[in-house]
Amino acid sequence: MDVFGSFTLLLAFVCAVYAFVGGIGALITRHPLLVKSTRQAGIATCVLIFIGTFSLGYLLFSDNFSQAYVVSHSNRDLSAFYKIAALWSGQEGSLLFWSFLLAVYVISVLIAYRHKNGELMPYVGVILAGVQIFFLTLNNFVESPFKTLANVSASGVLEPFVRLDGNGLNPLLQYPEMVIHPPNLYSGYTGFTIPFAFALAALLARYPGEKWIHLTRKWTMIAWCFQSIGILLGAHWAYAVLGWGGYWGWDPVENASLLPWLTGTAFLHSVMMQEKRGMMKVWNVWLVFCTFLLCILGTFLTRSGVVSSVHAFANSQIGPWFVGFMLLTLVVCFVAYVKNRDYLKSENQLDSLISRESSFLFNNLLFLVACIAVLSGTLFPVFTEWFTPSRISVGAPFFNKIMIPIGLGILFLTGVGPLLAWRKTSTDSLKRNFTWPLAVGALSAVLAYVLDYRNAVSLVCLFLCGFVFWTIVMEFYRGAKVIATRSGMSLMMSAHELAMRNTRRYGGYVVHFGMVLIFIGLAGAAFNTDVQKTMNLGESMKLGPYTLVLQTADTKPEKNYTAERMIVEVLKGNKQLMMLYPEKRAFQGRDQSNGTMVAIYSTLREDVYVVFAGIDPDTNLPVIHAFLNPLVKWIWLGGVWVVMGTLLALMPNRRAALVIAGARQPAVGPVAAALNPSVTLKEGHD
Amino acid sequence: MQNRAKFGVGIGVIVVSLGFLAWMGYGESKTYYHTIAEYQQLQGSARNHRMRLAGTVVTGSIHHSAGRTDFVLEEQGKTLPVSYIGSDPLPDTFVDKSQALVEGRPGSNGQFVAEHVQAKCASKYEAAPGGDKPATSSTTQQSSM
Repeated sequence: MDVFGSFTLLLAFVCAVYAFVGGIGALITRHPLLVKSTRQAGIATCVLIFIGTFSLGYLLFSDNFSQAYVVSHSNRDLSAFYKIAALWSGQEGSLLFWSFLLAVYVISVLIAYRHKNGELMPYVGVILAGVQIFFLTLNNFVESPFKTLANVSASGVLEPFVRLDGNGLNPLLQYPEMVIHPPNLYSGYTGFTIPFAFALAALLARYPGEKWIHLTRKWTMIAWCFQSIGILLGAHWAYAVLGWGGYWGWDPVENASLLPWLTGTAFLHSVMMQEKRGMMKVWNVWLVFCTFLLCILGTFLTRSGVVSSVHAFANSQIGPWFVGFMLLTLVVCFVAYVKNRDYLKSENQLDSLISRESSFLFNNLLFLVACIAVLSGTLFPVFTEWFTPSRISVGAPFFNKIMIPIGLGILFLTGVGPLLAWRKTSTDSLKRNFTWPLAVGALSAVLAYVLDYRNAVSLVCLFLCGFVFWTIVMEFYRGAKVIATRSGMSLMMSAHELAMRNTRRYGGYVVHFGMVLIFIGLAGAAFNTDVQKTMNLGESMKLGPYTLVLQTADTKPEKNYTAERMIVEVLKGNKQLMMLYPEKRAFQGRDQSNGTMVAIYSTLREDVYVVFAGIDPDTNLPVIHAFLNPLVKWIWLGGVWVVMGTLLALMPNRRAALVIAGARQPAVGPVAAALNPSVTLKEGHD
Repeated sequence: MQNRAKFGVGIGVIVVSLGFLAWMGYGESKTYYHTIAEYQQLQGSARNHRMRLAGTVVTGSIHHSAGRTDFVLEEQGKTLPVSYIGSDPLPDTFVDKSQALVEGRPGSNGQFVAEHVQAKCASKYEAAPGGDKPATSSTTQQSSM
């Protein structure tokens, strides 16, 4: 199977090279047969990558311990669920998995548009094949996942051998979310290849109009959604497994996943400027280019460890390849831009500082500054080592200082943007639109103050959350009222109808609502407290309003590990709330390897987060570290809303038959239009 | 004022104030990376910086005592005694022979006082195949191609 697997990958490489070279030939000659054959080579590349990936999966599931990759990342007792995770837990496997997910996107695009966009698709095919060639080069010649174990015998001949069992999967990765987090994040990273390919193709082909934006809108949203889920799952994993009580530590790997998300989010907003007003064309193209480059950079940072370890880059085999590929991509993008920049002329100018356009502009500015700040903070050690004799890193205070104001600024614009009209907003409409949201914002801040959330930044954040929340409610209410008046439906049904008629706009608002919830959760971080105590059985500790009693301890043998559990009772006043079981896991397969399992009692108000921190070497008693983290649950709830909003935005718009019927009744029509001029039937507005 | 100028001023104010915050954050959190050999050569004010050092935990050197954990890091033949005084429990991956990253400042009597200790991170964890099989010291990998 290993020979078969590596052969399919080699064949995939050959097909990708054909799709690339033949594709360039097809662009020059325009020969229909060549166009068709290169497209089919592209499809074949993807199918072969699928087979190669399944071969590695088969080797893992069949416990083939003659394979170096299987030995390094699996063992016999590892459950089937985690054998799937073993596929991407190592360098070689994760790079193959990148190719695999990219192939899923590429084959979907090639098949979906096989009879459409004849002018653009040959360019897209060549660009996608180019990206695939890079990853297949790594899969075949640099980091092959199909390596057989062998000994050098006395006579200098290589003799293959088979190990009885493997080393097992890293315990930190044996957690359910680690099985779904990487595929999501990688689907985000790879997914941005599609808008990149279309943007570059449109530029190279000088493809007329904004059609590339319409074509890639859904792909961008899919990639963005996966990236968002991936980031949140990663944060939740860090929270639930690493046991330090937090969910975001500005670690280089975390930052790497945030970077393309920031530019991708900026892009999702700024395309509306291009669609509605024909502005920011150069900016949009470069945002897509940068997002793709940051995806590659993210993969590179995650895999090479260039930031965390002084010598990682020199030791890493893939480092120079990634840097080379990024430089090449940058050069190609730059040349394409310089040659075709007249095609990207803006059709309009900014009219007023208080307008929808300007809110988008400032939104993009903040996202961009955030991206630059995170990027420079992450790569600071690398830069200082290049330009100075010392290597300096920056930590959480740097990121927090700059990212908190930016986050609040973006949250503010989330509320303001939809309330401003395109081109210019009158003072009257400002007053009309802002009074209630500001009042609700003030009310939320007062409520937070009364509830004892007394921290300046958190109060500002909660004020803005209330403000944005009410702007969203108003948007739904106004639109729904128009429909309700015309159709006689209830307000709830009308709101549903409204959302289904313009899924992108109202899906966007649902995403904004999710972000409000996330910000409420983030505001809670200012009030985190923790207590650490060496405890005898029966002893208790106070944690805010809670009392934790260490009832007993036990040992629970499982198939792949043995768990040492502390049984902690949570009481509030005299009321017994629940039992928590924080544990330490000793895994088989790796010497002395341990895992922590945090136990969390989670409510909307706060999380009681209990860690069994180990045995105190002086007293031989268990150490319990307990954290009280307010409002954390809102972050995960917000994540669910973000996903639901994106799914709504991805749905096709429902035909507004009712409104057309309503338009025949002139008595209602103009009133409705006056109530909300932005409720129109035109597909694809924000 | 022209629209362009207004936007220019707005953007300028935002960028400059964020830049100022970044500079403050940098001053608060900058940490120097050194190898153990470099650390031992440091003179004067350079010794007062907050710094981060990496090395391998010497087998048998981990000793716990009230409120602190002492251990020795080794890198390219140089060793450094470290006292960990942080309140967080040491990571599970922190054991003999693990790769550790310590952050803190030089102490008064020769040892390095660490406030944070990280042991090798999950996403970069790579174990050598055949690592627990001492008999095959000449173990190598062969591509099946």
